[in-house]
Amino acid sequence: MSKMRQIEILVGAFMAAGFVALFFLAMQVSNLGTVNTGGSYKVLARFDNIGGLKVKSPVTMAGVEVGRVVDIYYDRKDFRAVAVLGIYSQYDGIPDDTFAKILTAGLLGEQYVGLDPGGSDQVLGDGSEIPITQSALVLEEIIGQFIYGKAQEGAN
Amino acid sequence: MIRQPRAKDTLVRIRDLTFHRGTRAIFEGVDIEIPRGAVTAIMGPSGSGKTTLLKLIGGQLTPDAGRIEVDGQDVHALSTRDLYRLRMRMGMLFQSGALLTDLSVFDNVAYPLREHTRLTPSMIRKLVLLKLEAVGLRGAHQLMPSELSGGMARRVALARAIALDPMMIMYDEPFTGQDPISMGVLVQLIRRLNDAARITSVIVSHDVAETSQIADLIYVISNGRVIESGPPQTLHDSGGEWTRQFMQGLADGPVPFHYPAPELALDLFRRLV
Amino acid sequence: MEWLATLGRRGLSLSARLGRASLLMLAMLRGLPALLRRPRLLLEQLLSVGVLTVLIVAVSGIFVGMVLGLQGHYILSRFGAEATLGVMVAASLVRELGPVVTALLYAGRAGSAMSAEIGLMKATEQLSGLEMMAVNPEHRVLTPRLIAGIISMPLLAAMFSVLGVYGGWFVGVGLLGVDEGTYWAQMQSQIDWNDDVLNGVIKSVVFGVVCTWIAIFQGYECVPTSEGVSRATTRTVVHSSLAVLGLDFVLTAMMFD
Repeated sequence: MSKMRQIEILVGAFMAAGFVALFFLAMQVSNLGTVNTGGSYKVLARFDNIGGLKVKSPVTMAGVEVGRVVDIYYDRKDFRAVAVLGIYSQYDGIPDDTFAKILTAGLLGEQYVGLDPGGSDQVLGDGSEIPITQSALVLEEIIGQFIYGKAQEGAN
Repeated sequence: MIRQPRAKDTLVRIRDLTFHRGTRAIFEGVDIEIPRGAVTAIMGPSGSGKTTLLKLIGGQLTPDAGRIEVDGQDVHALSTRDLYRLRMRMGMLFQSGALLTDLSVFDNVAYPLREHTRLTPSMIRKLVLLKLEAVGLRGAHQLMPSELSGGMARRVALARAIALDPMMIMYDEPFTGQDPISMGVLVQLIRRLNDAARITSVIVSHDVAETSQIADLIYVISNGRVIESGPPQTLHDSGGEWTRQFMQGLADGPVPFHYPAPELALDLFRRLV
Repeated sequence: MEWLATLGRRGLSLSARLGRASLLMLAMLRGLPALLRRPRLLLEQLLSVGVLTVLIVAVSGIFVGMVLGLQGHYILSRFGAEATLGVMVAASLVRELGPVVTALLYAGRAGSAMSAEIGLMKATEQLSGLEMMAVNPEHRVLTPRLIAGIISMPLLAAMFSVLGVYGGWFVGVGLLGVDEGTYWAQMQSQIDWNDDVLNGVIKSVVFGVVCTWIAIFQGYECVPTSEGVSRATTRTVVHSSLAVLGLDFVLTAMMFD
């Protein structure tokens, strides 16, 4: 029976190693370890242009991730993009005159939403909307503006 | 030692059996009756489907036509469950022994007991040692099948086949490839098991001498038909040319020595085109 | 005319084989309740299918990860994007290389052994012997192997991926000077549990079913001679590898559209 016991131990070790590997994939390799398990509340933000923003892009305040983009759609009435931001519940009390802008992490990095808090006493609740936004920078527009500005200088 | 079986004492009754493998007919209208408690041999040249016959009796193969009754039950009309129950009462000794290679001799013999009974380990141990004693291999119970000689493996397989005290044992070519000593041991064992435990024995073989020694009744089959049947001595002196050639091992006869070919002279002096 | 007949014959024999394979699968699944009563059988198969495959999977995983680290760094550094090395290594492993390479190694190591074992049991009449002892060989011999294969494959693939990630880490962070924090942080922010890891696990479960099924079928169907057994093992490796690569394409197309 000691041979049976050996098999049991080896198989047990194998299964344990396999599950440890899966757990490692969950916690260390993927975002499951960083996913907020508490609830979140939804805040809308309208942008003229969202650039490369995607669902699941992070939402940060002062560089700290406070939520994720949960939905993006196009509003046919005012011809703007609406990003629905899921803010984690523990980050309540964000002033309602907070400024939302789309930023880029590094030169080739992906885009995220940065929030700059305002000074109002009123706070954002579920379903409320951020009034002031700044769209993503589109490279062609910046270059266009730059050339236009140079041309103006030359004309003067 | 020849018992004359009465009709109602038939254990296995095969009627009008037909079986094809692909387009080749293995059996065509075969009738065989195997009497209870006797040693019946089914003999025929290699490739005459003798092993197939055992598989048909055991329900591993299904005939194209005809019926096979074992102990009054139509083997191929049984449900899987009843077929398995019937098989517990049949032992089969395979040509190679068919021992499970990853189990020891003891565990191999204990296997059917552990599968089909609820005996305690100590009971199983006693039974296994008794069965092994019957085949003279009690001392080898710790060996693995790879450590056994061919004859020993067959004896262990025999011990396994009788583990559940079956009503019949089917032997598939028990004498093939054995040295004279283990051949003698097997001949004696088969006869002894048959007489002591009143187990019906069915032997499939082409070893005429050994089989004639122990069989009460012999069926000779060839080309899918029963050619002749009767006690060994009758067959040995049979008037049938084919039977005589087979029983006496003559090189030439109805079964020609030469494979069909054109005349030798023609073949040798044929011009190569 | 002859080639048409050949085509027809091939087609018919293929569909007959597929039918027999499906029936075999059904027969094996019917053995599940019996297997639950005898977990020992499963344990023994987990040893030969899973434990004995760990070594080759682990070594391959480390080296594949190291190569990914090296190649990834070479390409990414041209764009100044070494920071995403961790993402590249982990994404390739978790989504594709982990399940696929593990399945190929499994087919070569465990699958071929399984076919040979079953084929030999058939050739030495052990399967017939079980049947005559009123034991169903499909339930007793085949079902535990199938289940062990299905359990083992995702675990092996997970080990492969994890060791690969560390192989990439060793080369990227240890030898080529990528920042350690960036390596892990970028990975964590970009690799999604559902989309990447879970899909990879689903893939390897599918590969586990297919590879084990093929191995068992080839072993069980083989011509019971030494030549037949060797042909069966060869077929197992070839068919499993082709099936894994083909299915991987289909699954990837379905999962990551």
